[in-house]
Amino acid sequence: MKHSAFGMIVALVLVFAHERVYAEDTRGRDLATTCSGCHGTHGRSASGMPTIAGLEQAYIVKQMNNFKSGARSATVMHQIAKGFNDEQIAALAAYFSAQKN
Amino acid sequence: MAYTRREFIRSAGVSAVALAGCSSAPVTKKSMGRVVVIGAGYAGATAAKYIRLWAPDIDVTMIEPSELFVSCPMSNLVLNGSKTLAEISAGYGALRSKYGVNFIRDSAVAIDVAKRQVRIAANNDPISYDRLIIAPGVQFVYDGIPGLKEATAQERVLHAWKAGPQTIALRKQLEAMNDGGVFAIHIPKAPYRCPPGPYERACLIANYFKKAKPKSKVLILDSNEDVVSKKPLFMKIWKDLYPNMIEYRPNSELVDVDAATGTIKLTFDDVKADVLNVLPPMKAGKVAEGAGLITANNRWCEVDFLTFESKVAKNVHILGDAILAAPAMPKSGHMANGHGKNCAAAVIALIKNQPINATPMLTNTCYSFVTDKDVIHIASVHRYDDVKKTMVTVEGSGGLSDRASELEGQYALAWAKNIWADVLS
Repeated sequence: MKHSAFGMIVALVLVFAHERVYAEDTRGRDLATTCSGCHGTHGRSASGMPTIAGLEQAYIVKQMNNFKSGARSATVMHQIAKGFNDEQIAALAAYFSAQKN
Repeated sequence: MAYTRREFIRSAGVSAVALAGCSSAPVTKKSMGRVVVIGAGYAGATAAKYIRLWAPDIDVTMIEPSELFVSCPMSNLVLNGSKTLAEISAGYGALRSKYGVNFIRDSAVAIDVAKRQVRIAANNDPISYDRLIIAPGVQFVYDGIPGLKEATAQERVLHAWKAGPQTIALRKQLEAMNDGGVFAIHIPKAPYRCPPGPYERACLIANYFKKAKPKSKVLILDSNEDVVSKKPLFMKIWKDLYPNMIEYRPNSELVDVDAATGTIKLTFDDVKADVLNVLPPMKAGKVAEGAGLITANNRWCEVDFLTFESKVAKNVHILGDAILAAPAMPKSGHMANGHGKNCAAAVIALIKNQPINATPMLTNTCYSFVTDKDVIHIASVHRYDDVKKTMVTVEGSGGLSDRASELEGQYALAWAKNIWADVLS
């Protein structure tokens, strides 16, 4: 009895954990598709553009904010970065930092 | 393949059926559902790839008559002589081998929405679907141009607005033209595919004339009352780089065309050109029209922007240039690529009875070459507005280049390579 109850709890925790991860992952995954047209699928560039897959989470957040503020100059990215809020930038950074480069 | 393994865990957490269906190989034993995609351009090929990337347990069949993907973006560089058609073309090999998309090389001719079936030209065997994605592009409407009704007239007065044989044919016309000749391009009323495209074309043909036929002229005859896209940048380029060569005439509504003499009849005068390039008005592709999916202005298909599902046909999703775009959303290859990804996510969620993304986003960057090296862009970011039930641009985002530059020229070429990879490989 004890064992099966413990097993149930473990199973439930795992299911809930997976559900939660799914939601967060999917959100980052979907947002990241707005970058992949230029930066490549999963942020792995095919040519010319910077690869953003595998960059550190904090670095991505900082660069996006620098594009927004104008601290980092750009041809296009200052205009694109302004389209995303802090929470979206955090989700993007989490997604790309988790990708293999 | 960490990604695939994660996908496995996700699906396993949601449904026991998925356990049997998911594996790291592209071909699965048990399918969660069948998606049929009509049209392997920027929108359709992207949707097919991403469904298989994110949900290998969903079966995807592509119906496409062409052997090659030929990019409309960059095709004005073929007219300019900077690129060959082969350099802007690619095969569908990776969609087949890497993602396991089934290909039927044929045209879809009919859709039975009630029975969820598609018929192709080759035979009468229906192809069944759980969800259908249509990305048919545009068809050209010659109804209002009597002089261009016949195929022979259309072969002489080209549009070259679908990259392929017409692109090469127009290049040949330009090469054959004598120095001192006139190239005229006629632009239909917006909306049409690729808003800045005609103005880019005028720049690139002028760039070619400057080098090869310097006494020649480029005449832009625009049905619209003003330059539709990137106006300040194009106006400055025409003045600075192509003075006395490019002439812009707004409000030039087309009445008819005499293909034999290369004459375009406008409301108030006739204009004769040595090379005449008429972009006819456009509407959603034939297969969408045949299925009764055109619901706006007799030209475009209305969709729900959360899922890209047709407003009149259940389980049918429409993407790319064929849809009635949201405000400030261009009919562009980049947008179509975004439609493909957002639709892929929604279709997977719908098939698996999972929640759909309630806050989808889209970005767009359209690069235009103004010489063979210098480029300008327009960029935008779009979010779903829950009150307006459509996509709107995010306030404060987007914009134009400050000026044309070679640096943006390099980025434009890199953009092309990356987006082609995002669509196809």
